[in-house]
Amino acid sequence: MNMFLNDYVLPTAIIVAQILAIVVPLLVSVAYLTYFERKVIASMQLRKGPNVVGPFGLLQPLADGAKLFVKETILPAGSNKLLFIMAPMLIFVLSLIAWAVIPFGDGLVLADINVGLLYFFAISSLGVYGVIMAGWASNSKYAFLGALRSAAQMVSYEVSIGFVVITVVLCAGSLNLSDIVEAQRTVWFAIPLLPMFVIFFISALAETNRAPFDLPEGESELVAGYFVEYSSMTFALFFLGEYANMILMSAMTVVLFMGGWLPIFDIAPFNWIPGPIWFFAKISFVLFCFLWVRATFPRYRYDQLMRLGWKVFLPLSLLWVAVTAGVLVSFGWLPNQVAG
Amino acid sequence: MTTLLQEYLPILIFIGIAIAMSVGMVAASMIIATQRPDSEKVSAYECGFEAFNDSRGQFDVRFYLVAILFIIFDLEVAFLFPWAVSLGAIGLFGFWSMMAFLGILTIGFVYEWRKGALEWE
Repeated sequence: MNMFLNDYVLPTAIIVAQILAIVVPLLVSVAYLTYFERKVIASMQLRKGPNVVGPFGLLQPLADGAKLFVKETILPAGSNKLLFIMAPMLIFVLSLIAWAVIPFGDGLVLADINVGLLYFFAISSLGVYGVIMAGWASNSKYAFLGALRSAAQMVSYEVSIGFVVITVVLCAGSLNLSDIVEAQRTVWFAIPLLPMFVIFFISALAETNRAPFDLPEGESELVAGYFVEYSSMTFALFFLGEYANMILMSAMTVVLFMGGWLPIFDIAPFNWIPGPIWFFAKISFVLFCFLWVRATFPRYRYDQLMRLGWKVFLPLSLLWVAVTAGVLVSFGWLPNQVAG
Repeated sequence: MTTLLQEYLPILIFIGIAIAMSVGMVAASMIIATQRPDSEKVSAYECGFEAFNDSRGQFDVRFYLVAILFIIFDLEVAFLFPWAVSLGAIGLFGFWSMMAFLGILTIGFVYEWRKGALEWE
């Protein structure tokens, strides 16, 4: 009995505690990201933003959450009830479980699997299913059109994200996210791979359906896109999933290009600050850029969006894969090089 | 083998917890909030009109085309992953093999482009 306790129950309890240590701060961050977004955009438009609920409006996200929680969950008559309910859950679950492989600091990672990048790529690809399910199950024209648009957009930019990730893997020689961060000790990949960094950031905006690529939502034409029929907690799950995905894509930008938990310079005042704080600061910076873009740029047209994805980013990133591999091979700079 | 599986155990537990959380949140809200559906409330939203017809009708074939192109290029990325990790070990032969493969893919891509498969007007 005691052995059973030590061998199975204790490790499981530790894992559960670790998971909660990721999920709870993540959900709080998601809540305050919505607050941060409203405040940042308000400041950029010379407004005040939320300032009524609590000091400086700090309780606004909680009030929004509570409001959504006590609303009625509407199940449209023509919908496929099971798929309709499952779609937001799928999106929410996927946006959480991708965090299992993100390294928050040196050795601070839930599952240090050696194909971490592939896992992340797989999970982020699955997000399209949630969108398609929601659009189809709603049995509403707006939801259906929004889902089609969103799915086409997400898969288009996923291709260039894939090629960008390959260039990083070429430089780091590993799919393990901690190894990729460690490979950036000398120089962040954002510097040698600057064009890829820019493409990754813009594709991340498109992948998370953020402005200026928020066509799936397109209030003026599609009302809200694929979640037009959703209400209450099912809507909240979409919302949480979308913002958790934003934070996730920022975290990936930081891990792949901005040296993860590493300090900016490895010298005295900078390397006193612990890794996770650096990681958090860098994520906040990338998120700020997400919001900055939203407040600055008008929305793309759909044909422009597809042209950018397929005719600009895809050839450019494909070319850059060849160039990166060629340079690394010809100068002998490849990691894991075998002599001879 | 066991250590390999142990690395994935946290992910499995994580999936379990995430599913439990999402189901719990929706279920709790459904229990707490008053549910009072009526025929108007549960009809599909169409700017105040009655729905004209079933929404699962025809849609533009371009979306299919995008999906097919995506499969080709995503498969390509899947091939590139192991190549990128082991490029140091497979040397020049590995490099040129992949370049030939990418070259063939590029020919296909140019063909699509010239055929107008990437146009949205």
